Amino acid sequence: MSQILPEITDENAAFWQGGEDGKLMITQCDDCAFYIHPPSGFCVKCRSKNVSPKPVSGKGKVASFTINHQQWLPDLKTPYTVAIVELVEQKGLRFVTNITGCDPETVHIDMPVEVNFQNHEDVWLPLFSPVTGRTAS
Amino acid sequence: MKKIVYITGVGQSEVKRPSLKSGAELTIDACLEAVADAGLQLDDIDGVACWPGDNNNGAPFSPIGPVGLKTLLGLDVKWFGGGYEGPGPIAGIINGAMAIEAGLCRHVLVFRTITESSARLKDKTVSTLGKIGGKSGRDSNPLWMNYTPFNVHSATILIAMYAQKHFHDYGLTSEQLGQIAMTCRANAADNPKAIYKSPMSLDDYMSSRVIASPLRLFDCDVHCDASTAIILSRKDCAKDTRRDPVLIEAVGAGNSQPWSWDQISLTHMITRDVAKNMWSNTDLKPKDVDCAQLYDGFSILTLIWMEALGLCGIGEGGAFIEGGQRISRTGEMPINTNGGQLSGGRTHGLGYVHEACQQIWGRAGDRQLTKCDTAVVAAGGGPLGGSTLLRRADL
Repeated sequence: MSQILPEITDENAAFWQGGEDGKLMITQCDDCAFYIHPPSGFCVKCRSKNVSPKPVSGKGKVASFTINHQQWLPDLKTPYTVAIVELVEQKGLRFVTNITGCDPETVHIDMPVEVNFQNHEDVWLPLFSPVTGRTAS
Repeated sequence: MKKIVYITGVGQSEVKRPSLKSGAELTIDACLEAVADAGLQLDDIDGVACWPGDNNNGAPFSPIGPVGLKTLLGLDVKWFGGGYEGPGPIAGIINGAMAIEAGLCRHVLVFRTITESSARLKDKTVSTLGKIGGKSGRDSNPLWMNYTPFNVHSATILIAMYAQKHFHDYGLTSEQLGQIAMTCRANAADNPKAIYKSPMSLDDYMSSRVIASPLRLFDCDVHCDASTAIILSRKDCAKDTRRDPVLIEAVGAGNSQPWSWDQISLTHMITRDVAKNMWSNTDLKPKDVDCAQLYDGFSILTLIWMEALGLCGIGEGGAFIEGGQRISRTGEMPINTNGGQLSGGRTHGLGYVHEACQQIWGRAGDRQLTKCDTAVVAAGGGPLGGSTLLRRADL
């Protein structure tokens, strides 16, 4: 089984499980509004302990990416795209994810993307796809 | 830094893919050679340092740590230490030098053993990050758990994203990057211990398969089984050893960024923190460097280290290495003169220190540089990084 899941902790549960409600949850400082990722109980900017997970827009852009061709594990399907996505809320607020829903060859740095969730057991992996031009319904 | 720590001897086991010797046998070979090279006896060694040490029950990435070695050789030490959490693959040199500067030791044995080649013969997935499992088979590693759910099974994928960023921001091309692998291969031809010695053309490089774009097979280093050992000695004690020991002029261990692969600078990772720290510890300048032995676990890391250390301008690495002449053994900044890890073998850190000393001592055989008084060594990628500046010095 190549799908590895993260160990859920009190600190990271909102991030990995927010997708159940369709929300990308990022820990934010209640005093200075700085976002902290990966989740922790301390604001590295104002050094406050008053932090809590908050829903964010789920919109961002590709900071960098790679198309992986190597079959690292026997049942791994290739190619697939790994990216670091930076969220619109804050410069440098970014994490590793996968880009899905498009031809890997069309992915590029600065490409606008938005979150979607892939459920495995009690984990909702935040994945990203290109922003579609769809109009609000 | 008080500049009282000298390298007085080096040793290295056979470097094979694979070796029939155990990790312990390779380690003993390297350490005995280094102690003899310094003109010392085992009883003179009163300190042992290693990175990362045995941090995973004898796993092939580092099967023997300081306590294992101390027991193997029957050493009576005043200080010993290892551990992954430090300034990268040459942290053993930095920690050992600190033990001497602190007055704890006279002669510290620094070593690094790796047996990934023989381990991969039995299990090709032995090094994949997915092997790390917590309760219920889930990844509980506070770092890797953020990456493995997205099928990041190797650091290759993370480092490929740094390479992609460099291509995008600075216009680096595959044809330019290929010069790192080609230069290492050309140097390996004159290193009897090197794993890969046959010539590599740009066509060979460009036609090697893509592992994780833009990195190709020949951008990745080659697993081996080997052990390397370095003897550090306090200035007054070094007088009893070699006549021309190598001074540790400076070390770099700075780190201003989170311990992470995706929260750090995507263009320079930790390298600029390390380089700034190292140059602040010396009056020497990048122009004083005669050769650079720079980590090439992946080719892009060598280029990033060159820029961070000031051996070329930031973002100008691609143009600097184009055509390969400047980084060849007859160029203005020879790199990885023993073939590096890309062709020489993934000795993982201390191999660069070993080669820097051989060049300074004029013992590099057919690959000897015309002039080598000062060498810079830097190792690591992502958040891992450390460097040292070595120079010929009379006591």
